[in-house]
Amino acid sequence: MNQWEVVIGIETHAQLSSVSKIFSGASTAFGAAPNTQACAVDLALPGVLPVLNRKAVECAIRFGLAIGAQVAPKSVFARKNYFYPDLPKGYQISQFELPVVQGGAITVAVGSGDKAYEKTVNLTRAHLEEDAGKSLHEDFHGKSGIDLNRAGTPLLEIVTEPDMRSSDEAVAYARALHALVRWIGICDGNMQEGSFRCDANVSVRRPGAPYGTRREIKNLNSFRFLKEAIDFEVQWQINEIEEGRAIQQATVLFDPDSGETRMMRSKEDAHDYRYFPDPDLLPLLIPADWIDRVRGELPELPNQKRQRFIAQFGLSAYDATTLTASQEIAAYFEAVVGIAGAANAKPCANWVMVDLAARLNKEGREIGESPVSAAQLGGLIQRIADNTISNNIAKKVFEALWNGEGASADEVIEKQGLRQITDSGAIAALVDEVIAANPGNVAEYRAGKEKAFNALVGQVMKAAKGKANPQQVNALLKEKLAG
Amino acid sequence: MISRSLKQLSQALAAKEISSVELSSLFLDRIARLNPEINAFITVDREKTLAMAAAADQRLAAGTGGALTGIPIAQKDIFCAEGWTTTCGSKMLANFVAPYDATVIAKMHGEAGLVSLGKTNMDEFAMGSSNESSHFGPVKNPWDRARVPGGSSGGSAAAIAARLAPAATGTDTGGSIRQPAALCNLTGLKPTYGVVSRYGMIAYASSLDQGGPMAGSAEDCALLLNAMAGFDVRDSTSLDRPAEDYTRDLEQPLAGLRIGLPREFFAAGCDAGVMAAVQEAIREYERLGATIVDVSLPNSHLSVPAYYVIAPAEASSNLSRFDGVRYGYRAPDYGSLDDMYAKTRAQGFGGEVKRRILIGTYVLSHGYYDAYYLQAQRIRRLIADDFTAAFASCDVILGPTSPSTAFRLGEKSTDPVQMYLSDIYTVAVNLAGLPGMSIPCGFADGLPVGLQLIGNYFAEARLLNVAHRYQQVTDWHLRRPAGIA
Repeated sequence: MNQWEVVIGIETHAQLSSVSKIFSGASTAFGAAPNTQACAVDLALPGVLPVLNRKAVECAIRFGLAIGAQVAPKSVFARKNYFYPDLPKGYQISQFELPVVQGGAITVAVGSGDKAYEKTVNLTRAHLEEDAGKSLHEDFHGKSGIDLNRAGTPLLEIVTEPDMRSSDEAVAYARALHALVRWIGICDGNMQEGSFRCDANVSVRRPGAPYGTRREIKNLNSFRFLKEAIDFEVQWQINEIEEGRAIQQATVLFDPDSGETRMMRSKEDAHDYRYFPDPDLLPLLIPADWIDRVRGELPELPNQKRQRFIAQFGLSAYDATTLTASQEIAAYFEAVVGIAGAANAKPCANWVMVDLAARLNKEGREIGESPVSAAQLGGLIQRIADNTISNNIAKKVFEALWNGEGASADEVIEKQGLRQITDSGAIAALVDEVIAANPGNVAEYRAGKEKAFNALVGQVMKAAKGKANPQQVNALLKEKLAG
Repeated sequence: MISRSLKQLSQALAAKEISSVELSSLFLDRIARLNPEINAFITVDREKTLAMAAAADQRLAAGTGGALTGIPIAQKDIFCAEGWTTTCGSKMLANFVAPYDATVIAKMHGEAGLVSLGKTNMDEFAMGSSNESSHFGPVKNPWDRARVPGGSSGGSAAAIAARLAPAATGTDTGGSIRQPAALCNLTGLKPTYGVVSRYGMIAYASSLDQGGPMAGSAEDCALLLNAMAGFDVRDSTSLDRPAEDYTRDLEQPLAGLRIGLPREFFAAGCDAGVMAAVQEAIREYERLGATIVDVSLPNSHLSVPAYYVIAPAEASSNLSRFDGVRYGYRAPDYGSLDDMYAKTRAQGFGGEVKRRILIGTYVLSHGYYDAYYLQAQRIRRLIADDFTAAFASCDVILGPTSPSTAFRLGEKSTDPVQMYLSDIYTVAVNLAGLPGMSIPCGFADGLPVGLQLIGNYFAEARLLNVAHRYQQVTDWHLRRPAGIA
């Protein structure tokens, strides 16, 4: 693999979260009975005309600002002409030469631990367009059914430069983009319903050589499929080339069952879409004050928040990335830190990312549905920090809070008597008891067996019902065994 | 009664001299008698018309009517009207009953209270200058039934000329209101692009199409335009301007009016009889106090070639929706999906429509787009600039509407280029988006001659004034074909 470089560019169709369609007043809600959400415009009845939905434009502006792109003061809607039964007009209204969003970049964290690194993926453009309807091939006895509910749904097609060099980078980008569009509220990100779907353009080359011929894998609607499809495709292309066959430009589909990509159409079958400016729509003019207003309404963006978490709380890049995966996680974390104090940011991060995340995961809940509130968790972390309880006891308190056994960490600690024993005299008495009762372990320790020490610590903690301060137990036990 | 103007009919209705139901019945009876030969109407629905007329009579009785309430007119079959078969002159839509009203229809049936007599014949999808490309057969010119009425609004023109209706709607993409008005001795106005909503008007070439009135006089056109014009949120190319009363300047004197004569419109290529009538009209305008100015439209010879790139390009895309999937004609026997498309469109469209779809598809194709479509758009800009320059020294531009009078049925139908050249004086106006009129200005060998008046953007009221004052001192527009009252 080392001698081949993988080159990937991604096109993403993000369905914009407007309540009505991009060029008509019909609803965009998912799941209605077929053709009940298609008005005269969506059905392309003779004589109807499109009217642009400003909400969709606003979504595009938000996206452009969020990725540091140029929001074009003037962009143009064009017709992409082809015949298909679920394309009622015989053309799709899209943007071609002048898209609404031009340039921009998204920086993503790839990998974890020592292998983690940052990657900046440059965007070529993002443009507004309408979705097509759906062809239904089952249940019609050899005929096809057409459902035009989805026809005219607003999409933002987001196109990257061929900047990604592995399936991991592609997935990291797709995840970051997915998080971003939800973060700024322009797309619900529901991949099962097709609200966010990716096409991957994949080629391989020798490092330093010109780009190889690409094949485009269409309609990947999960991150796992994206990775599997790219990995299969890369290996397939390398095999082809190594066996002396040239790659032909093509569009392929990924079959999740077989894990393989297969040809949909070759370059020869490619359509001539005969793009031309749509004479039914005026050029889209976006004045500076509209852009300024949208900028003023934008939330703090994930990357800004991430940088701030690193600077303000001294978090690692990995932690900061994880905690800015969604607005909800970031808000929860900030609320926890708000209670526990910035000095405890690292334990706050660990509790949110590890303990809370694991517990939520176990029950399949979102952070917004956590039974332990940010205030409760912040209060708990305060009690660890001020040595009221140990980390181990804290896990008990957390579980109690999860199960609703108290309104706050303090209440649980008091009710269940979990306050940590820090009185040296009391701990020394327990240590003496344990040394006296376990001569075997004491002898082993003195003979150089470190393990025996841990057993003795365990005995002391057991005698203290887990509440003795572990550092004090260690120190006193060492002192007395040495003495 | 059937010879009266809209204004006179309005007065008769107001004076209870006649009811809308009676008036509509008069015209319906004439249609029943004369339409089988003229073929001006594709669809007539007596019951619907009389129901509308009865509703109008109620409004008139209640005193809630407007200037045109209760007057029956004809609608070009390009406008969708709810519950009416709307064919656009094509087999493709022969069975299509529109489930909604075009904005223009909604305004006329609603607020204005106009009554529709039926849907008029037209060249298929408005592509033609003779009304011979209609799936429903050619329309006869009431002035000479061996001749064409012009097109594409030929049915509307013939209906008014034969007094099957006192007025009608038309649409004009390259001259389709003005040329049939000229050939049938009518007054027709193509407004500034964006003045009349295109919503519900079946698209031929979206950037050129514009609806407008056809009637017996400039005054009637002004009244009808009042009912048709206005901003429409459903048409993004509709212009958001305050409403106008297009009759407001009708009586203004013409002293000081500067009339520009483009030298290109007075060069060779126009029939002598047409030119003689136009020259006489110029002298009439001088007598009315106008001054004549020499102007130039140096790129006007490029307007027909540019038009026949841009219009087919847009048409090739606009007509893609006629695919047999959701409505309209579908071939009875087919194999694959592609076969269904091919057979449906091969059988559903006529020859001229197919020719323009092919031309349009070609000029938009990869590798040809720049040389044809983009080049035509550049020419379009130059043509618009020519008019802007000309209007620096004149108020209206005058010339012939059509280089000839009505030609014989079949005379040009086998030679598309000759047919396209009938639009030589009219298409530049559409390319520039300007308002233009045709008014009767005399006869050549017994056939009507049209005078074209072109105004600057939004100069409809001025154009109507210039036409109206001429019609106050001439009676060409009052002449009727033999045998028509």
